[in-house]
Amino acid sequence: MIDALTLDRAAVQRGGRLLFADLSLSLVAGQACALTGANGAGKTSLLRAVAGLVPLEAGAVGFGGLDPTEARGAGLHLIGHQDGLKPARTTREELSFWSHWCGGDAAAIDEATQALDLGPLMDLEVRRLSAGQRRRLALARLLAAPRPLWLLDEPLSPLDAGWRTRFGAMMQAHLKGGGLILAAVHDPLPIKAKTLEIGAQGAGE
Amino acid sequence: MSRLGTLLARETALAWGRGGGPLVSVGFYAGVATLLPLAIGPEPARLAAIAPGAAWVALALASLLSLDRLFERDFEDGALDHLALSPVPLELTCAVKCLGQWLATGAPLALAAPIAAIGLGAKLDMTPLILACALIGGLAFAFTGGIGAALSLGARRGGLLTAVIVLPLFVPPVIFGGGALAAFAGGLPWPGGFILLAAYAAAAVALGPLAMAAACRNALS
Repeated sequence: MIDALTLDRAAVQRGGRLLFADLSLSLVAGQACALTGANGAGKTSLLRAVAGLVPLEAGAVGFGGLDPTEARGAGLHLIGHQDGLKPARTTREELSFWSHWCGGDAAAIDEATQALDLGPLMDLEVRRLSAGQRRRLALARLLAAPRPLWLLDEPLSPLDAGWRTRFGAMMQAHLKGGGLILAAVHDPLPIKAKTLEIGAQGAGE
Repeated sequence: MSRLGTLLARETALAWGRGGGPLVSVGFYAGVATLLPLAIGPEPARLAAIAPGAAWVALALASLLSLDRLFERDFEDGALDHLALSPVPLELTCAVKCLGQWLATGAPLALAAPIAAIGLGAKLDMTPLILACALIGGLAFAFTGGIGAALSLGARRGGLLTAVIVLPLFVPPVIFGGGALAAFAGGLPWPGGFILLAAYAAAAVALGPLAMAAACRNALS
């Protein structure tokens, strides 16, 4: 169970260009951090580096003493623009597959369906969903398969005002239950969070 | 292991729909098997001599279809990220993907293989051996094909690249399977080629996923 996330002087290089260096951050259970920075500053790359999909050029990511491979395999969700949803499959098929793949059970899937109001969309193909509906489907696995660390890449952007508020409440509940959130955003998060600006050196509280 | 079960169901369903799925593969197979006698000439004796081998080569070619999509779709839409972020080792995930590919296209092709061979003039008593070779060879084609599909991730026109990478890997199973079929047709001992084919398939199933997972990790990072 992940109860802490630390970045220690992390640096990431993409395509021969150093995106950022000396980035440090410390999050403990119940805390959220908003990751800000200009387009192309490396927010998505940082999230992918925390998830272990992109290698760090220097520095380290720590999960409170847990083995990184195990922590990443069972302890985090990464939700971004590339949601892995197949256009030709139905909402039900995709929600069911990804929730089971992440370790969720039927009861939790029902709960997530209710919380994100996916019921009326269940038999629609993913290609028929609007951007906001599709994002809600992607976010549903956060609830359907509970994992402590949420890595969110602009989670709010396609959501309307009502859903931003409701998702804010879900994030709040997650933090209250001992979760951690690291979210790349352009707009402020609707919850209390640290900020870490990429591009401006170092971490701010 | 329910995770692997749901993954296999998803992969089979996706492969079934991918690029037309089994219908297109079997249709392509029938097309190649029909073109051969048009090029070689219609004399039954000549056709019967090459029938099993021709059916076998056509099968290898048909196995290439839809292979390029095996990893590419998941890579492009981010599903590969989520598949990699799991307690299930990526090697096992890759193996299940190939198994799904085999169930959705390899197995239907194997059922079509004896029909094509007999249509070309092979003897009826070859049916069991052709079916067995096609089923086992199909596994080898799917698992070696997966290596090519994973290696060409992120490349433009990855489908062509996949074919170029994979065709040399198809050489041994084509030789072993073709040899077994020719030996059987000629009344010679055939198990040697068949056993080598099975050994190659076993090696592909065991080692292929290691290469695929490494190629996927490389493409993701």
